[in-house]
Amino acid sequence: MFSFIVRRIFSSIPTMLILILISFALMRFAPGSPFSTERGLPPEVLANLEAKYGLNLPWFEQLFTYIKNILFHFDFGPSFKYKDISVNEILAQGFPVTLTYGLWSFVVAVTVGIPLGIIAAIRHNTALDYAAVGITIGAQVLPNFVMAPILVIIFSLWLEWLPGGGWNGGQWQYVILPVIALSTSYMASIARIARSSMLEVLHSNFIRTAKAKGLPMRNIILRHALKPALLPVVTYLGPAFVGMITGSVVIDMYFSTGGMGQFFVDAALSRDYSLLMGVTILFGVMTILFNAVVDIAYAWLDPKIRL
Amino acid sequence: MLVNKKKMESMADSMSSHAPIEGRSLWQDAMGRFMHNKAALISLIVLVTMIATSFIGPYLSPWDFESIDWALLGNAAEMGAPSIENGHYFGTDDLGRDQFARVMVGTQISLMVGIVGTAVAVVVGVLYGAISGYFGGRLDNVMMRFVDILMSIPYMFILIILFVMFGRSIYLLFIGLGLFSWMDMARIVRGQTLAIKHKEYIEAAVAAGVSDFKIILKHIVPNLLGIVVVYTSLLIPGLILTESFISFLGLGIQEPLTSWGALINDGAKTIQYGTLWQLLFPLAFFVTGLFCFFFIGDGLRDAFDPKDR
Repeated sequence: MFSFIVRRIFSSIPTMLILILISFALMRFAPGSPFSTERGLPPEVLANLEAKYGLNLPWFEQLFTYIKNILFHFDFGPSFKYKDISVNEILAQGFPVTLTYGLWSFVVAVTVGIPLGIIAAIRHNTALDYAAVGITIGAQVLPNFVMAPILVIIFSLWLEWLPGGGWNGGQWQYVILPVIALSTSYMASIARIARSSMLEVLHSNFIRTAKAKGLPMRNIILRHALKPALLPVVTYLGPAFVGMITGSVVIDMYFSTGGMGQFFVDAALSRDYSLLMGVTILFGVMTILFNAVVDIAYAWLDPKIRL
Repeated sequence: MLVNKKKMESMADSMSSHAPIEGRSLWQDAMGRFMHNKAALISLIVLVTMIATSFIGPYLSPWDFESIDWALLGNAAEMGAPSIENGHYFGTDDLGRDQFARVMVGTQISLMVGIVGTAVAVVVGVLYGAISGYFGGRLDNVMMRFVDILMSIPYMFILIILFVMFGRSIYLLFIGLGLFSWMDMARIVRGQTLAIKHKEYIEAAVAAGVSDFKIILKHIVPNLLGIVVVYTSLLIPGLILTESFISFLGLGIQEPLTSWGALINDGAKTIQYGTLWQLLFPLAFFVTGLFCFFFIGDGLRDAFDPKDR
C-alpha cells in the first residue's frame, strides 16, 4: 500500500510538467505581445519592458526559470496587467474564497447525493425512489450557470431572503447561494451513480446469502452493501472535483465572490498571460493531486485492485 | 376431396405469400427497441421540431437577429416585453434586438457546435482507440498513458486560453471543443476493440493478408458502431453544456452571433430590472434541448445494450 501511494504520487509529476509545458507553449505562440497597445510603444520602451519580464531570453531559458521559480519559490512571476502586484498576491487573495465555497459544495454534493441515491435504491420502485430519480434527471440539465440566475431570482429578488452576490468575508448568508448553485448538478450525478450501483449490489449473491442467514436489513446495508456500492461513486469524485473547480469561474463571475475564477476571466479578457497561466497551473495541480488521492482511496476501498 | 383441395390451395397460398424469413440485424433490433421507448421517441420528436423551428422561425419573424429596433432602444425593460403587435414574439434583449430571432440563431449555433464538435471528437476518439487497442503492447501503453495525462488536466482553462490567444472564431470553437473531448471515446473504443480483435473474422482477415489499417477501418470500426452511437448521443449534450459554459463567461461565441449560453448570460445580467423574458426563453430552449438529448441517449443505450436495463 505504501509503495503504491508513493508510486501514484510520483506518477503525477510528469502530468504536472506537461500541464506547465502546454500552458507555457500556448503563451509563447500567442500572437502579439502582452504589451502591445493600440498606439504602439516606442521600440526602446518595449525592449525595456521585455527585459524586465525576461521575455528577451531564449525560450528554453524562460521555461526553465519559470518552472524553477514555481517549484522552489512557489512564485508565478509578476502580473502583466496589474503593475504593482504579483500573481502570487492575486492568487493568495482569491484562493481562500474559492476554497471555502468549493469545499462546502463538495461536502454538500457528497453528503446529500450519496444518502439520496442509497435510500432510493433501498426503497426501489416506491414513490421515494421516483422522486429521487425525478430530482436527479431534472438537476442534470441545471448546470451551475443555469442554477445561479434561477436561485437569485427566487431567493434574492422574490423572497429577498439572501443577498444576490458579494462575499463579505464569507458570512454564511453569502455562501449559501453559491454553494447550492455549484453543487446541485454534481449532487444529482452522485445520487444517480450511488442508486444504480447500490441496486446492482443489492441483487448480488452475497447480499442474498446475508438475507438468507437472517441478518437484519440495516446490518446488511451498512456492513456489506455500502462499501462495494460506493466504489463507482469514488471514481466519479475526480471528474466532479474538476467540474466544481471549473464551475467556480461561473460562481465567481455571477455572484462577484472575488475568488480565483473572477481573476481568471479578467485575465482572459485583458490578456494577462502570466495570471492566466498561474490560475491554470494552480487549478491543474490541485486536480492532479486530487485525482491521485481518489486513486489511492479507490485502491484502499477495493481489495481487487492489485497494488 | 373438394374441401381438401381448397384447404391445400389456401395453405399453399398462405405459404407462398410469406417471404422467406429474413434475419434481423442488430440495428433493426435496436431500432425496434428504441421505437418502443416512449420517452426517447417523444424526445426525438420534440428535438426535431425544435431544430425545424430554429430554421423556419426566422422567416416568420419580421426582425432579424442583429438589427436593433430603434423605437425600443434604451427602453427594453418597459417596452421590450413579448408582444404580437410589434413582432417581438419573445420580446427584445437589452439592446432592443429581437429575442425570438436571437433564440432561433442561438439554438442553431448551440446545436451545430454540439454536433460538429462531437463529430471531431468521434473521428479522433474512434481512430485513436481502435489503433491503440488493435496494436496493443507498448504502443497501447504509451497511447493510453497519454490519454490519462490529458484527462487529468482541467481542459476548460486551456480551452479558454486558446480562445483568448487565437481569437474567438466559431471554427476554433468546433475544433477546440472536439479536440478536448475525445479521450473518453478513445478509452471506450479501445476496450471494445480489445474484445473484438480476437474474434474469428479478424483472424480470417489477418490470415488473408489484409493490411492492419484496412482491418481497423473495414472490420473493427463497423463493429464498434453500436457503442459509438450510444456514446455520441451522450457527448452532444455534454459539448453543448461546455460551449454554453464558455459563452456564459463571455469568452465563447462572438457577438452579434449568439448561442444558448450567451443568451442565458445576457438574460441573467438583467434580471434585476424585471426583464424575465430575456432569461426564460433561452433557458426553456436550453433545458428542453438537453432533456431531449439525455432521454434519446438513454433510449439508445437501452436499445443497443438491452441487458443493462
